[in-house]
Amino acid sequence: MVEKMITNTIKHHINDDMMMAYASGNLPEAFSIAVAAHISMCDECRISMESYNAVGGALLERQNNVRVSPDAWQKTLNKISETVSTVEESKPAKTDLPTPLSDYIGDSLDAIDWQPIGMGVKQSILSTSKEATARLLYIPPGTAMPDHSHSGVEVTLVLRGAFADETEYFAKGDVEIADGSTNHTPVAADGSPCICLAVTEAPLKFRKIFHRIIQPLMRI
Amino acid sequence: MFIESGTYQAEIIAPSKIGGVVLSKNVAFTGKSAELVEKGQNSTAALWVKEFEQIQKHKSVDAFGKLFSHFAPKIKAFLMKSGTDASMAEECAQEVMATVWKKAHLFDPTRASAATWIFTIARNKKIDAIRKLKRPEPENLNWGPEYEPDQEEVIGLQQEAAKLGQALAQLPEKQRILVERAYFKDMSHSEIAAATGLPLGTIKSRIRLALERLRHVMK
Repeated sequence: MVEKMITNTIKHHINDDMMMAYASGNLPEAFSIAVAAHISMCDECRISMESYNAVGGALLERQNNVRVSPDAWQKTLNKISETVSTVEESKPAKTDLPTPLSDYIGDSLDAIDWQPIGMGVKQSILSTSKEATARLLYIPPGTAMPDHSHSGVEVTLVLRGAFADETEYFAKGDVEIADGSTNHTPVAADGSPCICLAVTEAPLKFRKIFHRIIQPLMRI
Repeated sequence: MFIESGTYQAEIIAPSKIGGVVLSKNVAFTGKSAELVEKGQNSTAALWVKEFEQIQKHKSVDAFGKLFSHFAPKIKAFLMKSGTDASMAEECAQEVMATVWKKAHLFDPTRASAATWIFTIARNKKIDAIRKLKRPEPENLNWGPEYEPDQEEVIGLQQEAAKLGQALAQLPEKQRILVERAYFKDMSHSEIAAATGLPLGTIKSRIRLALERLRHVMK
């Protein structure tokens, strides 16, 4: 079995507000890929996710009962018997990528359909819902990351190699969460290319949706 | 399948008034489990762990029936508060409970309470069936087929869940409602402000306070 990229050296994590948005189901798909992939690699954030799920559980437990229809029980049993029992077999690991990511990009970072965007930088955009955009970025060693922000929230998860900005160093599994107000210039570390998953809010047209969902949580 | 013809009496408004659920000629129960809810979270959480064990090990329809009477009406409430109409919420609540049965073998009482685990299924149903969006999920931790949850860990986790429930109950009502809206609905602070008539600053500080308190308990 291929060893998954679980590392104990992750230093930069998903913050509380984004985790709550993810746990409550209010985080756009593109951001959720980054969060789910990071959690797959990071036990600390898995625990954080479980805590925020627990808030949801406690809220559910507190709900007043709403009458279900008289035949709800029977219908539920019917739904159970109608389903062809699909035993979920755990697929043998063919990839060193976390599954929430390989579901979108395939099993290998070496088989990505890259599009050059200048300065040796390449990108590949994932197919997600439109409130936010997730793209893989390939950045040659020592090269600056392209400014792909739309001045909104921006999440970058390192998958291979590393990058650094003025103050901090981000290695495999680390996630950087920046909002448009932070003015920084990340540069891929020397030595080997950096591949990361970069998620940005969609351009203005969709911006409002995201604002509505995330901004309130990010800013409190 | 395994049921003759079950009837479900829908007197589920107050937990103490749950009607008998006839599962088969021989199996019936009277909603005792729901009464325990009133007596305290501790016993309830522990009880649901036992019910899940019954489902996992013996495919107990009786145990599933107890989960159903307790949770189906709450799932429906959750979905309706999330802006789903009653008939869609009804349909989805049934599907969520069917999923609970089908995925019961994945329930791990060292990682979640029954309510938490069922919440995640209901939340995913909301995203998938109602919003028609995809939900990327983290990789499952796979402990292997021989995995038996450690009893002390189970008790620890279930107690924590109970503590969180109490902390939520003790929040000032206004804060609690705001946390619920942030969780159940896609509502911005300004939309909550418009709906409640409270100033925006007040909304923000109340949600912040509430989350700080809950975070404190969770740490």
